[in-house]
Amino acid sequence: MAGPPPDGDPAPADGSLPASAAIGSAGRAFGVYLHVPFCAVRCGYCDFNTYTAKELGGGASQAAYAGTAVQELAFAASVLSRAGVAERPVSTIFIGGGTPTLLPASDLARLIGGVRDNFGLKPGAEVTVEANPDSVTPESLAALAAGGVTRVSFGMQSQVRHVLAVLDRTHDPKRIPDVVKWARDVGMSVSLDLIYGTPGESLADWRSSLEAALACEPDHLSAYALVVEDGTKLAARVRRGEVIAPDDDDEADKYELADDLISAAGLAWYEVSNWARTPDDACQHNLAYWRGDDWWGVGPGAHSHVGGVRWWNVRHPSAYATRIDAGESPAQGREVLDGQARQLEEVLLRSRLRAGLPLKEAGLHGDPAVLLAGVLADGLVEPEPAAAGTVVLTRRGRLLADAVVRALLP
Amino acid sequence: MSPMAHTAPEPSATAPELIRNFSIIAHIDHGKSTLADRMLQLTGVVDQRQMRAQYLDRMDIERERGITIKSQAVRMPWEEDGVTYALNMIDTPGHVDFTYEVSRSLAACEGAVLLVDAAQGIEAQTLANLYLAMENELTIVPVLNKIDLPAAQPEKYAEELAKLIGCEPEDCLKVSGKTGMGVPELLAQIVKQVPAPVGDPNAPARAMIFDSVYDTYRGVVTYVRVIDGMLHPRERITLMSTKTQHELLEIGVSSPEPVPTKGLGVGEVGYLITGVKDVRQSKVGDTVTNYAKPATDALEGYREPLPMVFSGLFPIDGSDYGPLREALDKLKLSDAALVYEPESSVALGFGFRCGFLGLLHLEIVRERLEREFGLDLISTAPSVVYEVTLDDKSQVTVTNPSEFPGGKISEVREPIVRATMLAPSEYIGAIMELCQERRGSLLGMDYLSEDRVEMRYMLPLAEIVFDFFDQLKSRTKGYASLDYNPDGDQVANLVKVDILLQGEPVDAFSTIVHADKAYTYGVMMTGKLRKLIPRQQFEVPIQAAIGARIIARENISAIRKDVLAKCYGGDISRKRKLLERQKEGKKRMKMVGRVEVPQEAFIAALSSDDGSAGERKK
Ligand SMILES: Nc1nc2c(ncn2[C@@H]2O[C@H](COP(=O)(O)OP(=O)(O)OP(=O)(O)O)[C@@H](O)[C@H]2O)c(=O)[nH]1
Ligand SMILES: C[S@@+](CC[C@H](N)C(=O)[O-])C[C@H]1O[C@@H](n2cnc3c(N)ncnc32)[C@H](O)[C@@H]1O
Ligand code: SF4
Ligand SMILES: [Mg+2]
Repeated sequence: MAGPPPDGDPAPADGSLPASAAIGSAGRAFGVYLHVPFCAVRCGYCDFNTYTAKELGGGASQAAYAGTAVQELAFAASVLSRAGVAERPVSTIFIGGGTPTLLPASDLARLIGGVRDNFGLKPGAEVTVEANPDSVTPESLAALAAGGVTRVSFGMQSQVRHVLAVLDRTHDPKRIPDVVKWARDVGMSVSLDLIYGTPGESLADWRSSLEAALACEPDHLSAYALVVEDGTKLAARVRRGEVIAPDDDDEADKYELADDLISAAGLAWYEVSNWARTPDDACQHNLAYWRGDDWWGVGPGAHSHVGGVRWWNVRHPSAYATRIDAGESPAQGREVLDGQARQLEEVLLRSRLRAGLPLKEAGLHGDPAVLLAGVLADGLVEPEPAAAGTVVLTRRGRLLADAVVRALLP
Repeated sequence: MSPMAHTAPEPSATAPELIRNFSIIAHIDHGKSTLADRMLQLTGVVDQRQMRAQYLDRMDIERERGITIKSQAVRMPWEEDGVTYALNMIDTPGHVDFTYEVSRSLAACEGAVLLVDAAQGIEAQTLANLYLAMENELTIVPVLNKIDLPAAQPEKYAEELAKLIGCEPEDCLKVSGKTGMGVPELLAQIVKQVPAPVGDPNAPARAMIFDSVYDTYRGVVTYVRVIDGMLHPRERITLMSTKTQHELLEIGVSSPEPVPTKGLGVGEVGYLITGVKDVRQSKVGDTVTNYAKPATDALEGYREPLPMVFSGLFPIDGSDYGPLREALDKLKLSDAALVYEPESSVALGFGFRCGFLGLLHLEIVRERLEREFGLDLISTAPSVVYEVTLDDKSQVTVTNPSEFPGGKISEVREPIVRATMLAPSEYIGAIMELCQERRGSLLGMDYLSEDRVEMRYMLPLAEIVFDFFDQLKSRTKGYASLDYNPDGDQVANLVKVDILLQGEPVDAFSTIVHADKAYTYGVMMTGKLRKLIPRQQFEVPIQAAIGARIIARENISAIRKDVLAKCYGGDISRKRKLLERQKEGKKRMKMVGRVEVPQEAFIAALSSDDGSAGERKK
């Protein structure tokens, strides 16, 4: 989900950060998110900040994009150093979209180079690219690997044609094993994204998508319940009654099926919607989001977080380019989180993780047996870690994670 | 046409022979207040510039709803054959809930203008108010109104009216309150037909209190009709029932603005101000006499209006309990019919159990509390009063269904009413069917004319105060009218139906119904709640029960998914805000056991769409 930007405060034009952002930065990992706001067509369910060439009135901005993004990386480096934020080599890069693979591999390599030039890259850093199955070839994947990409996440979504059709996905499901193999051949770690709960998808359809995905033996799998986002074509179709809105109970069944099949295939959950073959296969970049680490988000509409300050860039690629070209911060708004907001975020993000939420670290002091009595009785948290003061969701609890968060908050 | 009077007779110095006291009575909406407007204009007490429609309906609620709630008395001069008379006119309400206002007004008069809409004919409150006037032995002046309407059938209804009161059709005057046509003639007839008041000017003063109103600026204003003797400003008076003494700070007449006078004499209608702060100290029906020279016998008072319908009023925000109490205390100052006592509900917290004259009264009080005092309220399902006799012969009066005793009941009595319905004869079948469904028994039926009937039924009050009128209207295409009077009580097979959430009774939803209807109620309420209460983390059975016996059951299955599947960098602020809102929402939840019930669910369940809360004007 991306949706409209949150309400926030105005962001300073020079991008300067409050002093608080630097506190404790030396102890936090630093990642870079690079947003590529282009897609060949817009899928009916998607509300990401992305644009088709037609919407942008030609491919010019696509061609110039990598250059602009690299300028933001330089801007980022100077803002951070001015704010006194510890200089750290980047641990993770995530190039997401949109459809990053619409850009030539050389552009993506240039982006990765920009990160390296401005911040340095940690040895063994994770560098992920999101890819649509129909926008990669063995050659482009090889070029990406050569440019530094270590991991690819394919938007498979489903194996079933009528489900893909409702989602407006254009790729041929038969292509999935191939693209996985090509990525493997060039040494990348592979993840597949699946969506469940699409109107018209039966439990058997979902099973066959899961089986097809698992047959490719991915290192990592994400399974998302379909969200009908406001303002999308899908939302309009639901409103008009053309398709039936996803049903929570059906999605719960599908989640349970997914967890059963994926676990049986040897992957383990590490976040509510994510499974990895080994702990090292977990997406380190996303883990940083949930752990509250620092990251700089480059590109139109991208979000950043540094030490309790969140900001987000202007959404339109040309507005974004104008700001960057003028040497101004592309941030549209920001929020400096207070103690209460930080606590809420910590609870809601960390409780999603298999590693769990240590109550004390989130400022929830007191006897865990008392704090967790209700959620324990309802079978939403695992008793053993609970006894030690850490919240780890049971499977039922993962499906009711928001209710657990509300129960935990003071 | 008589000219406007040049010199008005002076209050306190007007001979009784020159006074005419009359009320305008009619079925609701037949045009009383509009006719009063024309009289105010013709007699010159309200000038053209100040005039507005239904001038005497001054309360916001009266103006918005277009109905009269309080009677208003006005003194007007009128010249007839060179003699100037003082006319005291009282505009009365037509709605059945306010019948007591009419009867009080009638007690101050010698005559009544019985107004009938010439396009509608006689309706239920036409009869009810006519009978009240006859009981008070008033002279009836029959008048057909709205003759300007194309649909008016004055000849036809003159006949009906004549037959009803035993006069000739030609004796019925024909007027239009809208155009003013026939109004001077009506005033002439009032002077001619309505007897002048009689009383002993030399006897100790006796004046009947027929209304008592609290006014923020003036304190309690007491309206009186002088029977004997004379009242003067600055003298000491005694209220005969309470034996309390007061000084008359001001005495005067409404014309229609208050005009202080040198006193009020035999037959005159006016107001008194004594500085009391509470209308209960200046009670309607009491007799005012002179302290120094008191009368020995008080005048016959009125029966106090008894509340017929009870409902719990609860502030949505628990901290508004204090302000609600203050607001009720203030309203009570000018609404003696309102009664209340504190009550607490497990589901709704602290509030008041209030008694009302009927549903319109309830609605109006609630609306005034919300509007004039800025309160947000929930009202529980209205209930009537039950008298329960237990096996050990002890008696319990139940105004709150949740207090209905469990077990060991030997008898339950419920209030009943005599209801009168008037309708075109083609609807006899439909009305009979409706009354049968409502446990009614037919008392009698008369044809008012060839195609109009009057049907009289004995009905349980509980069956008619809620949605009966809406049903009657819809089954008779709007043609039937209804009036009813309390008429004692009867034994009935009544049971309390409790609604349980996860085995816990929710007091606000308990109700008392006839045993035959318990099942229907149970199914309706459990079904409704299933739709209104959000799913919880556990299964929630909703049951309707009579004592320990479950008569209906629904289930809210446990919620299984309450998580945002995807939560990436760009989602965090949005998601945090969503949770902050949910956390806020949780504060507005009422807990029933472990079940979180949103306030809105209570409101929706209680403001039943089956009509029980929103009775329209009659
Ligand atoms: N055409 C026409 N309409 C009239 C006449 N008199 C009253 N009305 C209309 O009838 C409606 C009711 O008039 P009111 O004067 O408020 O009736 P009411 O009897 O005082 O009503 P309640 O006090 O609520 O019982 C209003 O819409 C008036 O405008 C009339 O002579 N002719
Ligand atoms: C940034 S998105 C898009 C990446 C790539 N352009 C694609 O579509 O494959 C990453 C993933 O989010 C998931 N996603 C996007 N919109 C979603 C929605 N409305 N509901 C659930 N999941 C969604 C999809 O699984 C998608 O692969
Ligand atoms: S390809 Fe991916 S980012 Fe582009 S519109 Fe489709 S779902 Fe959205
Ligand atoms: Mg009126």
